Amino acid sequence: MTDAEIRAIVLELIGDIAPEADLASARDEDDIREIFDLDSMDFANLVVAIHDRLGVNIPEAHYNQLFTLECAIAYLHDALTQPKQNDG
Amino acid sequence: MSAFKMPALGADMEAGTLVEWLVKPGDRVKSGDVVAVVETQKGAIEVEIFLEGVVSNILVPVGARVPVGTVLAQIEGAEGAAPPPPLEPAAAALKPAPQVLAQAPPMPAITAPSSRLKITPAARRRATALSLDPTMIVKGTGVEGSIRLADVETYASGAKLARCPAKIGLDLSQMRQAIAAAMSRSKREIPHYYLTETVDLHAASTWIERYNAEKTPVERILPAVLFLKAAALALREQPHLNGAYENGAFIPSSSIHIGWAISLRGGGLIAPAIRDTDRKSLAELMAAMRDLVERARRGNLRSSELTSPTITVTSVGDRGAESVTGVIYPPQVAIVGFGRVVARPWVVDGRIESHPLVTVSLAADHRVTDGHIGGLYLAAVGRLLQEPDKL
Repeated sequence: MTDAEIRAIVLELIGDIAPEADLASARDEDDIREIFDLDSMDFANLVVAIHDRLGVNIPEAHYNQLFTLECAIAYLHDALTQPKQNDG
Repeated sequence: MSAFKMPALGADMEAGTLVEWLVKPGDRVKSGDVVAVVETQKGAIEVEIFLEGVVSNILVPVGARVPVGTVLAQIEGAEGAAPPPPLEPAAAALKPAPQVLAQAPPMPAITAPSSRLKITPAARRRATALSLDPTMIVKGTGVEGSIRLADVETYASGAKLARCPAKIGLDLSQMRQAIAAAMSRSKREIPHYYLTETVDLHAASTWIERYNAEKTPVERILPAVLFLKAAALALREQPHLNGAYENGAFIPSSSIHIGWAISLRGGGLIAPAIRDTDRKSLAELMAAMRDLVERARRGNLRSSELTSPTITVTSVGDRGAESVTGVIYPPQVAIVGFGRVVARPWVVDGRIESHPLVTVSLAADHRVTDGHIGGLYLAAVGRLLQEPDKL
């Protein structure tokens, strides 16, 4: 899966959680919690959605590695190419 | 024969628009059935009935806006029905009918004498058969704009679609007005007192970390779940914070239904009830909160969820302020606030250590309790959070 595909999927999942979010305006370095107004429950739901869609089980201790799009893409890219380390 | 009335879905509601009937004359209903959808300042709410019998008459058509207390439908054989939820009659009693009528905004065209409406008899009959309000059909294609049978059919087929944006898109300026009205009333009528307590979350954080590490994302819980459960269990020790103040007296509630404050993105706040919060497991509470957040933001809550809270808990989460002191939502008598969890120096056995802490606040009604009871309550919340495995 390419980084562009991962990016599109993450944004789509955010769109499901925050339907009013302006996804097109997101810059990769922005904190997605800030720009999309995601609270703790929203972020937990995003992690659930990523697990359902991509099969990546992100441990709670790694949540802070998904706060920006660029970090989330890098994290998921790694997880998808080394599935054994992250598959839960 | 019993009357099914427009419910008061909170202290701030004066009127509602009936947007959908889910039953028709002849349908059998039982207590707890969702029978209609009502658009309020809090979005589209699924209204439950607390009567048992057969729908004999539907009196308010789709599209009509009517004051709280208006008879919406008549139910035949409704004797011996199950009792409504504890606080519902009390909430309704707060708004005596004449006052509601006086304050209600002007009624829309539905109340205009029907003789003025240009509509063919066939169209009128069809509209009645479909339980449609013919005055809602603004564009008649007949002579001088009169409504023909075809217009009714077109409206009937399109009515559902036309309503969809209204159901999904919440009018946030209206919600702001509703919040302002309820909070003004609270500040005017309720003599608040405020207390705060800093609670060490070392044990709770360690426990939740270990709990979540073994779980898949969907099974993990948020710290707010522990807060909610501790707040509920502590109410068993201080029941005078749990109930309603109405007509000059406090009515304690035997059940603990916590209204959990959910902020809606873009503005707005709603606090639907999690029934029997004290008796639910942590996993059940997390599921209930997840479900409520989703439905609150879609504008899809049930009437009983808005009328049954016996106290409110607000937890600001990891992007909120360090502490929050709430304003009581009438007719409740207390609101508990949990601030953001922060790491701070904390003295343990005479040594300074870094611990995760949370500021827990209580705003309570001085007509019912005072700072002594309030202090005992906060102490109980703090104590319960030291033993998370027992929550």
